[in-house]
Amino acid sequence: MKELKLMKGNEAIAEAAIRAGADAYFGYPITPQSEVLEYLMAERPHERTGMIVLQAESEIAAINMVYGGAACGRKVMTSSSSPGISLKQEGLSYIAGSELPCLVVNVVRGGPGLGTIQPAQSDYFQAVKGGGHGDYRLIVLAPASVQEMADFVDLGFELAFRYRNPAMILTDGALGQMMEKVWLKEPKPRMTEYPEWATTGKTPDRERNIITSLELDSGRQEKFNLKLQAKYREMEEKEVRYETIECEDAEYLLVAYGTSARICQKSVQVARENGIKVGLLRPMTLFPFPKKILREMAPKLKGILSVEMSTGQMVEDVMLAVNGLVEVEHYGRMGGIIPAPDEIVSVLEEKFIKQNYYG
Amino acid sequence: MAENLKTENIISTRNLVYKKSSILTDNVMHYCPGCGHGTAHRLIAEVIEEMDIQAETIGITPVGCAVLMYNYLDIDMQEAAHGRAPALATAVKRLMPDKYVFTYQGDGDLAAIGTAETIHACNRGEDFTIFFINNGIYGMTGGQMAPTTIPNMKSSTSPYGRDVEMMGNPLKITELVAQLPGTYYVTRQAVHTAGAVRRAKKAIRKAFENQSLKKGLSLVEIVSNCNSGWKMEPVEANRWMEENMFQYYPPGDIKVDGKILST
Amino acid sequence: MHPLVLQYDGDSEEKISKIMTEEIIIAGFGGQGVLSMGKILAYSAIMQDQEVSWMPSYGPEMRGGTANVTVILSSERISSPIINTFDTAIILNQQSLDKFENSVKPGGVLIYDGNGISRHPERRDINIYRIDAASEAAKLGSAKAVNMIVLGGYLKVKPLVELQNVVKGLAESLPQRHHSLIPMNEKAIKRGMEIVNTVHEVG
Repeated sequence: MKELKLMKGNEAIAEAAIRAGADAYFGYPITPQSEVLEYLMAERPHERTGMIVLQAESEIAAINMVYGGAACGRKVMTSSSSPGISLKQEGLSYIAGSELPCLVVNVVRGGPGLGTIQPAQSDYFQAVKGGGHGDYRLIVLAPASVQEMADFVDLGFELAFRYRNPAMILTDGALGQMMEKVWLKEPKPRMTEYPEWATTGKTPDRERNIITSLELDSGRQEKFNLKLQAKYREMEEKEVRYETIECEDAEYLLVAYGTSARICQKSVQVARENGIKVGLLRPMTLFPFPKKILREMAPKLKGILSVEMSTGQMVEDVMLAVNGLVEVEHYGRMGGIIPAPDEIVSVLEEKFIKQNYYG
Repeated sequence: MAENLKTENIISTRNLVYKKSSILTDNVMHYCPGCGHGTAHRLIAEVIEEMDIQAETIGITPVGCAVLMYNYLDIDMQEAAHGRAPALATAVKRLMPDKYVFTYQGDGDLAAIGTAETIHACNRGEDFTIFFINNGIYGMTGGQMAPTTIPNMKSSTSPYGRDVEMMGNPLKITELVAQLPGTYYVTRQAVHTAGAVRRAKKAIRKAFENQSLKKGLSLVEIVSNCNSGWKMEPVEANRWMEENMFQYYPPGDIKVDGKILST
Repeated sequence: MHPLVLQYDGDSEEKISKIMTEEIIIAGFGGQGVLSMGKILAYSAIMQDQEVSWMPSYGPEMRGGTANVTVILSSERISSPIINTFDTAIILNQQSLDKFENSVKPGGVLIYDGNGISRHPERRDINIYRIDAASEAAKLGSAKAVNMIVLGGYLKVKPLVELQNVVKGLAESLPQRHHSLIPMNEKAIKRGMEIVNTVHEVG
């Protein structure tokens, strides 16, 4: 049954996982995402759907449980926050290298190191460029509301299985901790049939299934790398997702995802009240990145400001996308500080408008 | 007379005294001559065949010499990251509790990098089986010191022998996990003599059968030689193993049916 | 399947003039029920079909430290859940008063509990109300009712949410086993409506 609830982003992810028909969740506590595991434990999903929830001994064990479960063709997931996600990189590389579907949630906090427990977007590079060793990519989804936190769980699983590739929800402490209204979807039943590649026991009617990322023959390994690349190109063709906000007549464009995009939405209002024609492009997929739309918009723009809670990571992808067609600047706050809407408008004016006036 | 000497007459079921298990593939094993891995693989294959559980078995291979085990057993297999096999097996067994799940791990994999995964899977009482091949050395990477390298034993990273003052003590992880309430059967075996092979096979069978009891984890350690890593001839390596390794790692049951045997 | 492209081109002038948005900060000590007051208010607004966001300050403090939550109620999609000026500030201790008094928009509302306050609000361009909820809660014999008394005071000053929806909101936000407490909470809200005092109103 569809249901309307007021939920924290972290809780919405947990509830959405049960409703998406997830078979298992393996996690380890870390602020600011422990509510995911807490909610799941309190909900007794094993009684609701048969879903397994296990608190592992470490983030490393948790991602490797995900690896084992994914190898059985099951819908499995884990969640953590930045330091824990670093620990999971080895496992993610193996999962990508074994072409397995799974969902990983990163509720980002500021770093490096132990850093802060406050929200940040400083794991962008790690998420969209692979993260672990070897040439691979994750499908990276960036929700900007509690509703999307819930919706992207199902979407993440769907894309992960379609491409046999790990998917990541890249969010942050603010979205994880805040509550909003959320429409929860009708629960999906758990799968009863599993992909033909799953290690479910070799029956006489088929060859044995082997899940491995090992290939000692260089020629075959290169061929496999090319196969992965073709898969990523296909994602870039078919799976780019974004939202445009007041872009129609925009002279300046803000590019922001997640929490920053929410702030920037307000900045758009504030700027327009001041007579500056500003729009917002909000990527919902960070890999694949909305390069094409940015390139299309670029010639009509006087400037792009990439706003991130980091020292400037996504800005590099924005620059690559527009390839010099328009000036691109970055504005970011760090350490768990979230920029204010009017602060962003001032920066936009500072970087582009005043300079143009005097120039 | 000449008729009887035809190949098809000699190779007939009537004359069959031994046959390769149907669970073993025809791939040529990459193990060094004299290594115990091949025998351990064969015993596992035979037990799977005899229990008729090919369709119910999922094996998980380590990083180390047995990384390519999936080339030799005709069952569904997963290849884990170094040390993480018990985490994979935990998920597999919990998602498919009626399947037979095993990991096959070396000493570096199980007792060094994967110590946490090993101990916690044992302590949670996961209902799968761990086969632990202990040859006191890192074979695949070329003979470096392992957590189970015995005192004064030479390796490429303890070229003057393991100095316990400097390098620490060998880890008796099998005795250690036997103390945990989650383990149901813990035994140490070897595969260097006919008698040892027979005993090891019985232990492997028992470890598989225990899975249906759902009373906890079974761990079978197999003390084995690594004649290449030890830089010995196979026969010499087995003798050295009996004289030195067995001192430190004595074969025999440690915990049976959930009870630690008094020594 | 989730759509590939979403497009939002802002609202028409006419629509903007009808948008109701209330941006609130609630601040006090951890354990005073700051976060749950915000949650009940948010739930109540959902009961009358509004959009809501509830954004807490989060950190290692569990009890005794400062806690605050930003609650936004709106008839339209909410942009930033994090803001630095507010239509209303609901303040339960001195530290929070010092921190947020200047964040109230001119013409906005500040409601505070006078208990333990030595420096009272000084601004003259905002509407200031005082509600002595802590002492009233003590009289009612329920220290935990402080936040509901304050909520009542707020609803009296800004009747944006109907009482019946607040009761529904309580039912939604409290676990089933605490539903017996709803009548007591309702009583506290009504009491708050009665005892809230005007300190200063802008012309």
